[in-house]
Amino acid sequence: MSSVLYDAPGTRAKRRNIGYTVLFLAVLALVVWWVYDGLSSKGQLDWVKWEPFFTSSQPYATYLWPGLQNTLIAATLALVIALPLGAVFGIARLSDHRSVRAVAGTVVEFFRAIPVLILMLFANAAYADFTDISSDVRPLYAVVTGLVLYNASVLAEIVRAGIQSLPRGQTDAAKAIGMRKGQTMRHVLLPQSVTAMLPAIVSQMVVIVKDTALGGAMLSFNELLSSVRPMSANYGANTIACFTVVAVIFVSLNFALTSAAGWLERKLRRGKKSTGAVVHAGPGGGLETVGPAGGVSTQGDFKSGAGGGG
Amino acid sequence: MFDFLDMDALLGAFWVTVKLTVYSAIGSLIWGTLLAGMRVSPVPLMRAVGTAYVNVVRNIPLTVVILFASLGLYSTLGVTLGGDAIDGINFRLAVLGLIAYTAAFVCEALRSGINTVPVGQAEAARALGLSFTQVLTLIVLPQAFRSVVNPLANVLIALTKNTTVASVIGVAEASLLMKEWIETYAALIPIVAVFAFGFICLTLPTGLVLGWVSRKVAVKR
Repeated sequence: MSSVLYDAPGTRAKRRNIGYTVLFLAVLALVVWWVYDGLSSKGQLDWVKWEPFFTSSQPYATYLWPGLQNTLIAATLALVIALPLGAVFGIARLSDHRSVRAVAGTVVEFFRAIPVLILMLFANAAYADFTDISSDVRPLYAVVTGLVLYNASVLAEIVRAGIQSLPRGQTDAAKAIGMRKGQTMRHVLLPQSVTAMLPAIVSQMVVIVKDTALGGAMLSFNELLSSVRPMSANYGANTIACFTVVAVIFVSLNFALTSAAGWLERKLRRGKKSTGAVVHAGPGGGLETVGPAGGVSTQGDFKSGAGGGG
Repeated sequence: MFDFLDMDALLGAFWVTVKLTVYSAIGSLIWGTLLAGMRVSPVPLMRAVGTAYVNVVRNIPLTVVILFASLGLYSTLGVTLGGDAIDGINFRLAVLGLIAYTAAFVCEALRSGINTVPVGQAEAARALGLSFTQVLTLIVLPQAFRSVVNPLANVLIALTKNTTVASVIGVAEASLLMKEWIETYAALIPIVAVFAFGFICLTLPTGLVLGWVSRKVAVKR
C-alpha cells in the first residue's frame, strides 16, 4: 500500500515504524495513567458509582430510556417536517423566476447563518408570548421548531446539489418529449436525485440528534443529556459515570447513522442505476452547523475519494 | 422599540463570542493538525487512535462535551485550567471543549485535503529523486492546503456558531445575553433580529471571503 505520503515500507522503514509504535505507546500509556490517576484520586472509579448501570435496570427505565425516547421523538419530528420544507426551498432556489430564486436563497442563507440555539431560544419565547401551548410541551415544540428552521435550509442545499448533480441531458430529454417544468421535476429529476441525496440526509440526522441536546441544556427539554443531573444526584455524585453512559449511547446511535450513510454512499457509487453522484454536506458534514458558503458539494465526477463521507 | 439596546453590553457579549472563536480556532487547528498527522502516518497504532478519537468525538453532541467540561472536569475533578474566578474558569473550559470537538472536524478536512493529491504526484516526485521531506513540503502539502481552504472555512463558520453552546455553562457570550434580554424586555422580535444580524455579520463575510480565497488558490485538475 503506497500513499501520497509514504511508500510501501522496506526493512529499515519497518524497523523505524516499530520504534514509533513503541514511543507512541509510551505516550499513550502516560496519558491513560494520568486520566486514571485523576479519576481514582477523586473516587470517581469506585465500583459504587458505576454499579447501578451494570446491575440494575432502574437507571435505564427511570432516566435514560425516557430521555432517549424524547431525543428520538424530537429528532424524527424535526427531520420529517424539515425534509419537505427543504425540498420546497431547494427546488425554489432552482426556479426560472429570479424573484422566487432570490426569496428562497435569502431565507435559506439567513437560517444557515444563525446558530441553532438562537433559533430555539426564539421559538421558545415566541411560543410563550404568542400562543397558548402548555408549558410542558413547549420545550419540545421549541426544540423541533429551531431544528426545523435550521435543518430545512441545510436540506434545501442538499436537494439543490442533488438535482444539480444530474446530467443536463435528463432535463433536455424531458423537455424534448414535451414535459412541463413541474412534470420534469416530479417524474424525472426528483426520483433520480433522491438516491444521490440519501447519504447526506442520513448524515444530517446525526446533526439533528446532536442538536437536541441543546434543548436539554437550555430549554429544560427532557432529553437524554438532561438525565445526567437527576441520575448523578440519585446515585451518589457519579457525574463521570453518568456522562460516560450518556456519551456512549449518543456515540452508538450516531455511529450507527454515520455507518448507514457511508454504506449507502458506497452502494450508490457502485450502483449502475444511479448516476453515481453522491451529495454530501461538505467535509464538515457532521458538524452541528455547516457554513453558508459552499457547504454542499457534489462529488459525482470527482472520484479521487476526496470527501467520501467518513 | 429598540429601548432594550445597550450597545456596550451587546458589543461586550459579541466580543466574548469572537474571543471564544479565535482561541478555539487556533487551538483546534493545532490539535486537528496533530490528529490529521496521526491519521495519515505509516504507524498503524497512531492511525487507529486518531480514527477512534475522530469517530467518538464527532458523534458526541458538543453540548455534552461542554457540559462535561464544567460538571465533570471542574465540579467533580477540580480542573480549573489555571483560572481563578468562575468566569475565567468557565471561559477556559468552554475553549477546551470547543477545541476537543472542533479538532475532529479540522482533522477530517486536512485529511481529505491530503487525499485529493493524486498518488502519481508523489510517485513522480520520488522518481525525480526527491527525499520524503521534499515530497511533503514541495509537492503534497502545498496542493493539500490549497484544496482545504473551503472545508476549513466551513469548520470556522460552524465553530463561530457553536460558540453559542458555551452559554450552557454560563459563559457570557452573545446568546446568553440574548436569553437575558428576552426574559427582561418585552421586545422579542427586535431582540432576536439584533442578535441574528450580529451572527450574520460574523459568519457571512467569513464564508464569502474564504470562499473567494479558496476559488483563487484551488488547484485545477
